[in-house]
Amino acid sequence: MKNKAKLLAAPYSVWAIAFILIPLAMIFYYGLTDRSGAFTFENIISITTAEHSKALILSLFLSLISTVICLLLGYPLAMVLTKIGRNSHSLIVFIFILPMWMNFLLRTLAWQTLLEKTGVINNILNILGLPSLNIINTSYAIVLGMVYNFLPFMVLPLYNSLTKIDTNVINAAHDLGANDVTTFIKITLPLSVPGIISGVTMVFIPALTTFVISNLLGGSKILLIGNVIEQQFTQASNWNLGSGLSIVLMLFIVVNMIITAVFDKDGEGTML
Amino acid sequence: MRKALRRFYLILMLIFLYAPIATLIVLSFNSSKTRAKWGGFTFKWYVSLFRNSDIMEALYTTISIALLSSIIAVIIGLIACVGLNAMKKTSRSIMMGITNIPMLNADIVTGISLMLLFLSMGLKFGFGTILLSHITFNIPYVILSIMPRYKNINQSTFEAALDLGATGFQAFFKVILPDLFPGILSGFLLAFTMSLDDFIITHFTKGAGINTLSTKIYTEVKKGIKPEMYALSTLIFVTVMILLILINKPDKDDNLKPYTPT
Repeated sequence: MKNKAKLLAAPYSVWAIAFILIPLAMIFYYGLTDRSGAFTFENIISITTAEHSKALILSLFLSLISTVICLLLGYPLAMVLTKIGRNSHSLIVFIFILPMWMNFLLRTLAWQTLLEKTGVINNILNILGLPSLNIINTSYAIVLGMVYNFLPFMVLPLYNSLTKIDTNVINAAHDLGANDVTTFIKITLPLSVPGIISGVTMVFIPALTTFVISNLLGGSKILLIGNVIEQQFTQASNWNLGSGLSIVLMLFIVVNMIITAVFDKDGEGTML
Repeated sequence: MRKALRRFYLILMLIFLYAPIATLIVLSFNSSKTRAKWGGFTFKWYVSLFRNSDIMEALYTTISIALLSSIIAVIIGLIACVGLNAMKKTSRSIMMGITNIPMLNADIVTGISLMLLFLSMGLKFGFGTILLSHITFNIPYVILSIMPRYKNINQSTFEAALDLGATGFQAFFKVILPDLFPGILSGFLLAFTMSLDDFIITHFTKGAGINTLSTKIYTEVKKGIKPEMYALSTLIFVTVMILLILINKPDKDDNLKPYTPT
């Protein structure tokens, strides 16, 4: 019976090889060859050119900032959700699932309307007598777009790992005389590390590789590494160069995966 | 005091997450064509929406892709889960590792890699290539939703069914499947939502002449978004919101009760 059942994994195995592994191999093939098909490291080395390295460094910088902001905003939110009760399932749905039914591009574009010089936020600021905010088409707007889009990916793993903490442990700490701050630093924070690591990965990777947010909120003047790669495929038709730069990008993704695997052995802080 | 602070923070974050959505809903009632100024309240975009064949076609493509890809992903994923559970631990972890790749990898890399694959296979870019891509990124969501359920199934109930004369198929459908059902359902819903909201992977695998709502919006960004698009998004959003509220039936008392450790 068991041997027969094993065969049921065969269709998926074939699918995974054909549509997950072979496509990745294709990126390496294109990235390590030139247009004539000869082996070369050119495409990968081109990351060191001024234009490409500037885009990569800016991407790293903005995605790091966004990840930190997501963590700072998301951790208290996850704690609030845990405190509200084990029954906050419907709130979770409202935070994660429902917004996805409003198209991601439209949601991001809506920030243009909110952020514009005469936009909603500036009108409110004016009424309150505060100076207006001119961040549209700047790196600030891109960071805001990243935080807005990826915050849910931070909160869910954090929430999952926070709900798993045995409340008896926290009560014990209180009984032994620890105040809230000490309990948080000594108990809650260390126990939520898998969630933090997983959340950081879930935010950092899409933020590092985005080309849509920078396109929509950065006024198409600010180029991130994602924009550079996208242009190679859709405009320049230089698949070899685009693949080479993707290999560089994958290096960061792999490092991220390894860190996650080391810190989150049991998959505790996973998304699902 | 503390409770009020928590409530306040939660409301603040919900405002942050929902401000753009509220903006889009307001824009769908704006009679001025540009989003920059308010021209008065109107329902006209909701009417003209249904006469806009471009948008209707994109909607049809989007929903067909989402429905087909999530159904096929559920079938392949469910069968795979049965097989994976019969495997030895090492080969199972290898397969699960591969399953994780599309989830952990960047969408742009997944999109490019599939584009290169379809190019080298000489496939014609269109509905078929989008569907294949969506199935590919949907299967992991299905598998990761079903697998945890499998751990809780009591293998003896399955064996008991066999002892009582059920065939393997009967035992699976009568005993195992009902236990897996919540996982299958959530996998399906997750896959459907992901497919609907995807832009990046579709962008690289769609080819000319076909558009999903996402790619249609992207081409309109430079020219200005048609107000009908806001109307359609509002309709979809409100429908789903009502459905989710009905499904979840948020019992107010239950939700707001402070958490008491047991």
